[in-house]
Amino acid sequence: MSKKHRGAQSVAFEKPVYLIGRGCVGGVMEGKGPLARHFDILASDALWGEDSFEKAERKFFFEAAKKAIEKGKKSSRDIDFLVGGDLLNQIISASFSARDLDIPYLGLYGACSSMAESLAVGSMIVDGGFASHVLCATSSHFGAAERQFRFPLELGTPKPPTGQNTATAAGASLLSDANDLGDPGCPVIRRATIGNVVDFGVTDANNMGAAMAPAAAETILNHLEDFSLEPDYYDKIVTGDLGTFGSELLIDLAKQVSGTDLSKVHYDCGASLYAGLKKVYCGASGCGCSASVLNGYLLDEMQAGRIRRILFVATGALHSPTSAQQGESIPGIAHGVAIERGDV
Amino acid sequence: MDINKSIKIKNYNEYVKQKMPKSKVFLDCIKAFFVGGAICTVGQGLRLLAQEVLLLDDKGTAAFVAMVLVFLGALFTGLGLYDVLGNFAGAGSIVPITGFANSIVSPAMEYKREGMVLGVGAKLFSIAGPVLVYGISASVLVGIVYFILHACGVATPL
Repeated sequence: MSKKHRGAQSVAFEKPVYLIGRGCVGGVMEGKGPLARHFDILASDALWGEDSFEKAERKFFFEAAKKAIEKGKKSSRDIDFLVGGDLLNQIISASFSARDLDIPYLGLYGACSSMAESLAVGSMIVDGGFASHVLCATSSHFGAAERQFRFPLELGTPKPPTGQNTATAAGASLLSDANDLGDPGCPVIRRATIGNVVDFGVTDANNMGAAMAPAAAETILNHLEDFSLEPDYYDKIVTGDLGTFGSELLIDLAKQVSGTDLSKVHYDCGASLYAGLKKVYCGASGCGCSASVLNGYLLDEMQAGRIRRILFVATGALHSPTSAQQGESIPGIAHGVAIERGDV
Repeated sequence: MDINKSIKIKNYNEYVKQKMPKSKVFLDCIKAFFVGGAICTVGQGLRLLAQEVLLLDDKGTAAFVAMVLVFLGALFTGLGLYDVLGNFAGAGSIVPITGFANSIVSPAMEYKREGMVLGVGAKLFSIAGPVLVYGISASVLVGIVYFILHACGVATPL
């Protein structure tokens, strides 16, 4: 019987896992959105001085990772492991960045849930005593994702209203087994819930919110059940990229399944990152969306003391262009990580 | 809790369909009609130019109009304007021949980073390819049907 496993699908960390450094980098659209001032770096254009979108995405990943290390007052030699992933085939953004950062590396693929997955795995490594410092990072890029999953950028095909735009962004968190910077309010990861792959038979690749909402509902409800918590224990229950429509479905599903009202605490990174902008359909998506909103806006708010506890649930759609073309449904997943201020 | 078992919704896809934001079909049709119509009007203008000013015959006129429209479609794709139009007009800018040019130039631009052979060469027709395959196949089928009808004395020669 494991000491740290809880309930159906959760783990409780024995020791606090401190999130001592964080970095987030955004692109042009992110710079126009309402969360712009929370980014460490905003790129001037989609290529950011590189000659391909893939290389640009790598630069986003690399810069976010560097920022997190720098803010944690470390150098890359102090980091024991890098855990991360991205959306591109064979997760090249993460792997190539790991090569350049020269940190021992575990590559993950959880589609857009990769940030929460990295944080969960990273926290387990730190809490297990296998490392003192683990860097977790993910990225996504609109141009690179569009050409891999959809159509060439210059092709004039409109998206349906349920579509979402992949965020051009990256986020990184530096986890530590000690509160190295001595800040009493330093965010601490205390619990995590690992998601089941949930598939309700949605086949429309332009409706990811609907494909992922059941997975998010299951992870959130089971998290609350596994730790006997009420939703209002958290100041915010954050989902990654359900978008405006997927968020609506999540609230509805949670109410139908167990009568849980999430509407007061729910916050969706994808619906917020591009809020108020034109031609963004249901909002932003991608690994970089939840990663940058967490490591920017949300942890800024936590640092300022305006929020004390969040459940960060990044959602992913685990299909590939091939499986979608062969008519298969889109399996969804959601991983949850509970982050709290160290002094609450 | 297993959400597959706990959920009371019988048909999730139906439920999603009911709740999801709908395309504004009527408005989209109006936009498509006017943008598509405008492109065709340009084509008609070119036709008149070819016939009245350049004094081309029927075959020459058809080739001239197609060439100029394809050129314009490719040019505006290259300038990064055609996708803006496409986002607004939908089928209105996809259906005319300029949309065909857009569907060839956009992958050419997108995949040039993978090189001239495996990038541009291999991907050039990745979108227009199916249109060509089924367009040509359909014309062959129609030709065969026409040939048979003509042989039976039903259809008259063109």
